[in-house]
Amino acid sequence: MQQSLRVFPSDVAFVPPTALVEQARTARRLPEPVPTFTSNAGGLSLTIQSLRKSFGDNEVLRGIDLHIPAGQFVAIVGRSGCGKSTLLRLIAGLETPTSGSISFGEDPRAEDVRVMFQEPRLLPWATVSSNVEVGLGRQRSRSDAKVRAEQALAEVGLKEKRDQWPSVLSGGQKQRVALARALVSHPRVLAFDEPLGALDALTRISMQRLLERVWREQTFTAILVTHDVSEAVALADRVLVIEDGRIAHDVLIDIARPRQHGSADLAALEGSILGHLLSAGDDGMDG
Amino acid sequence: MSLADTLPRRRVWRLPGADGVIPWILPVVILIVWQIACSTGYVPTRVLPAPSDVVLAGWKSVQSGELIRNIWVSFWRATVGFLIGGGIGFAFGLANGLSQLSDKLTDTTLQMIRNVPHLALIPLVILWFGIDESAKLFLVALGVFFPIYLNTLHGIRTVDPQLIEMGRIYGMSNGELFRRIIFPGALPSIFVGVRFALGIMWLTLIVAETIAASSGLGYMAMQAREFMLIDVVVLSILIYALLGKLADSASRVLERLTLSWHPVFQKH
Repeated sequence: MQQSLRVFPSDVAFVPPTALVEQARTARRLPEPVPTFTSNAGGLSLTIQSLRKSFGDNEVLRGIDLHIPAGQFVAIVGRSGCGKSTLLRLIAGLETPTSGSISFGEDPRAEDVRVMFQEPRLLPWATVSSNVEVGLGRQRSRSDAKVRAEQALAEVGLKEKRDQWPSVLSGGQKQRVALARALVSHPRVLAFDEPLGALDALTRISMQRLLERVWREQTFTAILVTHDVSEAVALADRVLVIEDGRIAHDVLIDIARPRQHGSADLAALEGSILGHLLSAGDDGMDG
Repeated sequence: MSLADTLPRRRVWRLPGADGVIPWILPVVILIVWQIACSTGYVPTRVLPAPSDVVLAGWKSVQSGELIRNIWVSFWRATVGFLIGGGIGFAFGLANGLSQLSDKLTDTTLQMIRNVPHLALIPLVILWFGIDESAKLFLVALGVFFPIYLNTLHGIRTVDPQLIEMGRIYGMSNGELFRRIIFPGALPSIFVGVRFALGIMWLTLIVAETIAASSGLGYMAMQAREFMLIDVVVLSILIYALLGKLADSASRVLERLTLSWHPVFQKH
């Protein structure tokens, strides 16, 4: 009880200052601060051709064709079990395709493609900053590992927690450490597998802003799997609706950023995408 | 700043240093009651000698050098037996936790041996080794082996597979995966095994020394029984209690040092 009392307010208290600073910056047209990250050559483009994946007799993906331009923010939505997470795992190289191909614009290094999961997956026996250092991959033994981990932590606003154990952090803070770990190697493709699914509503919104901000600063290609359509339309340039292992709809979200949560345009788009999803589901139930 | 910090702290009645004193209140009270019971003749000294007599017997035997020598011998046997048995148990635990082939090859055999009470082997061990040092070391090592083997194996098997997947994604080699994820993840369970093993270590040693030895604390107690020196018998029992407590404390300190990340060991 005390734990939850203690953790929750500190999390909420953290959010407004950054949001305010950001609003002030856009209002006064101040130049963006120089990113603490020296970003790479930006994102990688991604081309998927007639991709299929089966687990035994169960064909999860039934021919996906998709091109994602470099630096685009793509959200993938669908009912549970539609194959969206499998698609993400294939892109991240965690599964091998049954047939078809996935190719990136250039040959990626191992550090160029990173995944963030629904669970933070932090090592409980490593400090926050050592956890972030894990994200450096093969470069973690280099002498600048500590400095880079600290930069990444500063990016997600958790620099002062670097010597803490993960067990003392709140759920939102743990997820931000996981984000720092994914960012520390300057990835060019970042895949998110429902990274905010386990967070409470307020923390969720602040995390969405954080994701959008780091994506704009670092210009990686972002692929977000989510079951939350409002989150998808708030963050993404483009929303893919997956049904029965195929891309059923490909919706461009052409709304200027920063987007206002709950604005009429977003709500209309959200409604139409939800409409697609629900009608497809009802068909499935009738048939 | 969090909500809990702004609330007034509840005052807890506490003496300075009380945390260190409280656990020892009960043993001291028992000693006092014991002493009074013996001094007033309520308990005849043939049944139980007074604590003061035990201390006296201890002092005499320290002066003759016999006590220190016996404690040293027992301590040496315990340590060496523990290291041998624990080392082998740990190695098998690692091998069977990490390799399916090794697990298939050895686990069934080990489980069969485990179900033989190792003290039942004493007659056989005496026939094999006589009452030599190796007999005691063998028994201690055998007793210590299983708790460490089982808990190491359990610890490795229950490491979160999501963390292992994460480690692979972030390009860890097998060695790194072991060093950074599997071993630290198994450590809490390994410590449970160590503490079980320490208990079995003393138990085995006492039995082995009382049955077949020519030195050590168990031997001292048996000799004293022959000569009806009940104060020495009680003395050796008390020393066993102290040594057991010491071993347990040592493992706790080690646990605290290596598991400082664990929520159980964090003080807020």
